[in-house]
Amino acid sequence: MTTSTVTAQTPAKTPEPAAAPDPARIARRRRLAQWGFVAPAVVFMLLFFGYPLVRNVVMSFQHYTPKTFFTGEAPFNGTDNWSNVFHDALFGKALWHTLVFTAGSLLGQFCIGMALAVFFSRRFPLNGVLRSLILLPWLVPMVVSGIVWRRILDQDTGVLNSFLDTIGIGGHTPWLTSPGMALLSVILVNIWIGIPFNMVILYGGLQEIPKELHEAAALDGASAWRTFRSVTLPVLKPVITVVLVLGFMSTVKILDLILALTDGGPADATQTLGTLTYQNSFVQLDFGAGAVVGNVLILISAVFAVFYLRANRTEGK
Amino acid sequence: MSKRFTSLALTAHPPAAGQPGRGRSRRVVAPVAAVCVLVAGAALTGCGQQRDPDVYTVLNSSTDESYHRWDAEAMARCGERLGITIEQQSVPASQVMTKALRMASSKSLPDIVQFDASEMPTFADAGGLTDLRSLGLSTEDVPQGIVDFGSYEGTYYGAARSVNTLALFYNKDVLDEAGVEVPTTWAELRETAKELTQGKRYGLALSAGGAEDGVFQFLPFMWSNGGDETDLDGPRVVEALDYWKGLLGDGSLSKSTVNWTQADVNDQFMAGNAAMMINGPWQVETLNSDKSLHWGIAPIPVPEAGADSVGPLGGAVLTVPDTGDEAREKTAGKIVACLSSEQEQLTYALNSWMVPANAEAAAVWREKVPELDSLADQVAVARSRTAKLGAGWSSVSLALQSAFQSALTGQSSETALKRAQQRATSGN
Repeated sequence: MTTSTVTAQTPAKTPEPAAAPDPARIARRRRLAQWGFVAPAVVFMLLFFGYPLVRNVVMSFQHYTPKTFFTGEAPFNGTDNWSNVFHDALFGKALWHTLVFTAGSLLGQFCIGMALAVFFSRRFPLNGVLRSLILLPWLVPMVVSGIVWRRILDQDTGVLNSFLDTIGIGGHTPWLTSPGMALLSVILVNIWIGIPFNMVILYGGLQEIPKELHEAAALDGASAWRTFRSVTLPVLKPVITVVLVLGFMSTVKILDLILALTDGGPADATQTLGTLTYQNSFVQLDFGAGAVVGNVLILISAVFAVFYLRANRTEGK
Repeated sequence: MSKRFTSLALTAHPPAAGQPGRGRSRRVVAPVAAVCVLVAGAALTGCGQQRDPDVYTVLNSSTDESYHRWDAEAMARCGERLGITIEQQSVPASQVMTKALRMASSKSLPDIVQFDASEMPTFADAGGLTDLRSLGLSTEDVPQGIVDFGSYEGTYYGAARSVNTLALFYNKDVLDEAGVEVPTTWAELRETAKELTQGKRYGLALSAGGAEDGVFQFLPFMWSNGGDETDLDGPRVVEALDYWKGLLGDGSLSKSTVNWTQADVNDQFMAGNAAMMINGPWQVETLNSDKSLHWGIAPIPVPEAGADSVGPLGGAVLTVPDTGDEAREKTAGKIVACLSSEQEQLTYALNSWMVPANAEAAAVWREKVPELDSLADQVAVARSRTAKLGAGWSSVSLALQSAFQSALTGQSSETALKRAQQRATSGN
């Protein structure tokens, strides 16, 4: 992300004042300067993104164990790690959970975020105060949210169930303790965490829509819903793409929230590719298997990164 | 979170119009970029740290304020005796192993690492530890069980200061009020737990969470019943799991059990939401912070009267990593000897309520804290988790977690454990 911005910002060719001594030399010097701007970013990317990425791919073909840290030897074992991981029933489960989790979270975050953004784009008293209050979930570290929500969702002593009990609808919902329910609960918590991000960006996008567009629609006699569908949404499309793609990338690799809420349980009901990577690498210390799952995650993200870049490019035009 | 914020900032201002380059500043750019790269390079290569000859480091998991302080005091005393400075570096328990491995690959291992005893074999197996006997540590006063506890494949790598195991904690007031005795057998426990379950209060609390905590708690039931970790789908293990299912079915256990850590269990017990709990002595400090709570402790009930209550032996061991620097390793050995000396063990045990590893220290300790007598008895017969499986323990532990969670949330114990045994043997 950093490079795309930085490279795009390298000086565009501007007409040079006349009477330059040697145009070829100047052009060469300019190119050098351009590379000077790009170089730090390129070095940074190669060092902190390229190298780990390549290492991770290589590692997934190696028998990488605690011994490797001492001897530095990690014999290649072909596709053993890959076939082990793919034959593990848990991998299929985790992949499915990841997809459900990501799709559910994105849908919820986006819809609620959009609704709030539209709501707050009108003027009313306390608008600013309320808007900053809604930002709160964003300010709380993920692990803290996880721990607090674990208490809230506790089946017997949780606040949520006693509240539901008081108003008379199902006070014994097994939020995190039933394998059928846990994934849904985790998604709900993640939606809560993701709303501010969606709201803030969409709100910013809404602010940039020229008022005249809405006025024109009103003059044409369009209803509020029609205006939203035919004016707001199309104009907002680039922003929406960005929100969804960024949301996707931060959701698909979920780890901390799930570890804090359920530890992947009960009975592996909330294992995702993220927790599986963690479990393989740091609990079982089978770094090769962990790398395989990590690579699958990177691959999925890469597909969406392409979408992101394309969306960004059309926006720049 | 912060990552999200950065991306937001970048996207909110699309890279539309870049600043056009200015002639003069351009000449500066290349050198500046070069300097940046050099500085970054130097900063990276500067990571390999030099060891200070008089400062020795201990990597441990004493992140709790009280434990950190007790360790710091013990290290100060030993440092003074040996004429050196000892520093501790504390990371969360789950990170000790990975941190040590990373340090091993960058050749910056600390002089002493305190591993959880169940993790030590993995590090020893990788060839990372030094034989403590070769550094001059004697095991004469240490009971054989505790020597084995710190050994891997016959070599003594880890000196334990204190050990612990699980026991049954009960609320004296609640039991007195109901007029029931402290249960000693499975049948009694089930009966008592049922009787004590009233309103919001459950008869018993235990942890069946998806981590080592839950496995640790299942082991006394599995082992006392004759079950074995190498045969997870054996009838004895199935029976033990069925017993847990029975407790849950009676309503004596909260359904949230599958989501609780041992600390959660302690919170529930202290809040009065449970009349009894399975837990360890590391909770005693917290329990004692509530003066109105009168608790007692007893061995974990056994399947049949007269059987041995076999719990898992827990605790940490002090190890000396193989750094290749013999002189430093010798001194590190002396530090370990000092920290695990009889006197230091006693101090540590009295602070932390755990049982001293050393036999003589344990005898003194029993006199000083008679209320924890039953714990000392249980430790004497407790079993090490890694004695049979060594470095293979973690796969079995993961398989077992998934199994008892499946069983407690509806599957039959037999099916769940069959799957666990398959998973444990296939290695994934």
